[in-house]
Formats: sequence, structure tokens, C-alpha cells
Amino acid sequence: MNLLNKFKDPKLCLNILAQIRAEINGEFRFMEVCGTHTMAIFQSGIRTLLPEQIVHLSGPGCPVCVTHDREIAAYLALSEKDLVIATFGDLIKVPGPGGRNLKMAQAEGARIKVVYSAFDALQIALENPDDKVVFLGVGFETTAPTVAAVIRMAREQGVGNFSVLSFHKLVPPALKALATDQQITVNGLLLPGHVSTIIGLEPYLFLAQEYKMPSVIGGFEPLDILQAILIMIRQKNQGQVEVVNNYKRVVSDKGNARAMEIMYDVFVTCDALWRGLGVIPDSGLAVRKQYQDFDASVVHDQKLPQVEEIPGCKCGEVLKGLISPDRCPLYGTRCTPARPVGPCMVSTEGSCAAYYKYRL
Amino acid sequence: MCLAIPMEIKSIEDNVATVEVGGVRNQVRLDIIDEPAQVGDFVIVHAGFALRRIDREEGLETLKLFQEGLGLELVK
Ligand code: SF4
Repeated sequence: MNLLNKFKDPKLCLNILAQIRAEINGEFRFMEVCGTHTMAIFQSGIRTLLPEQIVHLSGPGCPVCVTHDREIAAYLALSEKDLVIATFGDLIKVPGPGGRNLKMAQAEGARIKVVYSAFDALQIALENPDDKVVFLGVGFETTAPTVAAVIRMAREQGVGNFSVLSFHKLVPPALKALATDQQITVNGLLLPGHVSTIIGLEPYLFLAQEYKMPSVIGGFEPLDILQAILIMIRQKNQGQVEVVNNYKRVVSDKGNARAMEIMYDVFVTCDALWRGLGVIPDSGLAVRKQYQDFDASVVHDQKLPQVEEIPGCKCGEVLKGLISPDRCPLYGTRCTPARPVGPCMVSTEGSCAAYYKYRL
Repeated sequence: MCLAIPMEIKSIEDNVATVEVGGVRNQVRLDIIDEPAQVGDFVIVHAGFALRRIDREEGLETLKLFQEGLGLELVK
């Protein structure tokens, strides 16, 4: 009755593994683009069970890791104004220019509050009417609708001391950039489960149609991941490529229309800067004009500062799957989770941090 | 960061549900969920909002994954 056991059942997993072994034909490089997948793949030990021909790459699937130095610099610049900054905890250790991060700014007196939800940031604004509160908006399609909903609440309630600096990013345009990059060799994509909960299947269809890229929306149980790999390998072998939703118990093919509507009521797509990937057209979300009273880039006149890149950090190449983290010269020496140089080492979902933790 | 956790709805008041996972209770907003949720439903929760309703059986299933693994650190 309980499906859970089935998705964890070692026998079923071994069964799928045996099929993978039987069907794999030459090297197969698959990339996941979701920090939760990164964690699940390392934690479950799947990496060590897979045949050697299968290469696992962690792509740009962690919103913190793809936050650009210039975006961090903008956050740091805001923290120097007389504001209360509310942020997800993941962001405060991410190094910006010169290795400086929001945690250091906080130690030096900036008023930075870690919140669990954009809604909590709005509460801070309501409880402190004399303070101006700015929420740092990062995250993919999973997170952006929650922030949009809060901006709508702020407008309905006529809150005058709350705004959002939006650097939200969209997954499909980044996948498109990866698919068109000639340097990158990927044979299959494991698509992010929770982003898909919101956007559904349709935004990924171009991957199969235009780029012949086997792509599977997958869950986070070992069996989910192994099944997804098997489906990708079969598609490659049979030359019949399509986008498959293999996580139906959570993801509807149609996605969540209400969340999408709220997201696009408040935000409009814009070009965005991704760390390591550069500018990707229409891959970001900016606050629409109608909501500009809640747009921190307008209210507090905050532009993207020009910055020098972090010397030596290879996050860009890691995020594109061009090198494994241990090939970065700083990995494990100057750059460790305790003292991260790049963002991929900061977030527990970052490739470098996961690699380091599991010492591969 | 896109971590989302299945939690069980224990009560609902207006647009806010009290949810529970592994004995931890929390409040989540129902503003962006696409189907009306009821007490006893499992919802996928992210950043203080319920993203989607899931079947009870499937909720229990995913729940266990998170109890044993990575999920609980994000729950207050
Ligand atoms: S090991 Fe550190 S410096 Fe090197 S790519 Fe990863 S995060 Fe960047």
C-alpha cells in the first residue's frame, strides 16, 4: 500500500541498475539542475553504484550558486544604506567582490535579518513602520511566486516601507543556454522536481524538439533518480527523444496555473546575469512597473555595480559541467565550506560543497 | 534552495494553514496553491507557502524521505 517502500526498495533499485548496466552503450553524461537532486544523489550513494560510463554533472541548479558577484555587490550596497535587509539564510555567506559577504556587513552593523519566507519580511515591515525593509529576492520558479504573492499583499495593505530587490531566475532559458553551448557535452537532463511543480512540462518541450536532448522530470528518491537515468539512456539508444514527467505524484503536466499567474502579474521577464554563465536573455524576473513602489531597484535607486571577478574561482566551469570541483586549483585548499571562496562551496546544495562533504 | 517539504494540514483559517511534519508545527500560506486544500491533505511547502496539494499516501511517502534525509533543517 505504501508506495514509499517501493521508491526506496533496494531490490527495485538494483533491478533498475541492472537494466542500466545492460542497456548503457558508451559514455553517458547526465546533468541535474536542482540542488536538491545534487544532495539526494550524493547522499543516497547513487554515484558510487552507477556504472563508470555514467558521468554525473551538477549544473546551474542552485539559485545561490548562480547569484552573480554584481548581484551580491548590489545587496551589499543596499546593506550600507539605512535599511533593514531581510534575506534567506542561504545568501548571507555568499562571497561578493573582495570576498565580502552580507554576514560581514552584519557584523559591522548592517541590519540584516534572516527570514524563512518573504512573508516574514513583510511582517517585519508592518511591525516596524519607521524602518524601510528590503527583501532580497533570489530563487527560481519555485520561490518567485511566493515573493510575488507577498508583493501583492503589500500593495493590497498599502504598506509603504517594504520593497524587493528581485534577482529571481528562470530555469528553462538557462537550459536553453546550456543546450546551445558547443563546449558542453551532456547526453541527458534530469529536470528539477519543484520548479516543475510550478511550471509543468510545457516550458521544457523545446529541449526534445529543438535540441534532441533526453529530459526527465524526476523525484528525489533513489528509485526516482535511477528510473530517470534509465529513461534518458533508453531515449538516447532508441533515438526517440521526448520530455518525460516521471514525478507525477507531485508534478502535474500543467504545472500550477495560479502560481504562474501571480508570478507574471507582479514580475516580467528580463535578461539576467548568471554566475559563470553570463547574461542569459529573458532568464530573470524584474518587478513590473505597476508594482514599482515595491521594487527596491526603483525605491532605493539600486543599480548593479561593476565588480572584479573572484580570482581563481572556477564556479562557472563547474556549473557548466566542464570540470569537476576537485579540478579547481582552490578546491579543498583555499576554498572549503568553512572558508568558501566561491558560491558553489557556500550552499550545502552547491557542487563544490557536496563534493567536499562526500570527499569524492 | 528549492527544497520543498510535504506537510499535513491540521487546520485552516482564512488563507493560512497550520501544518505539521514529524511533530513540528508551522504556519503556511495558501495564496498560490491551485486547488482548494482541506484539513488532512498533504501539501508541498516551500518558503512559507503551500505550492501544491498531493495525495495523502504519496505525501506520507515523500515525507519519509525527508525525515530520514535532508529536509528538516529548513522547518522552523
Ligand atoms: S572550489 Fe571554490 S573557488 Fe573552486 S570553483 Fe568551487 S567554489 Fe569556486
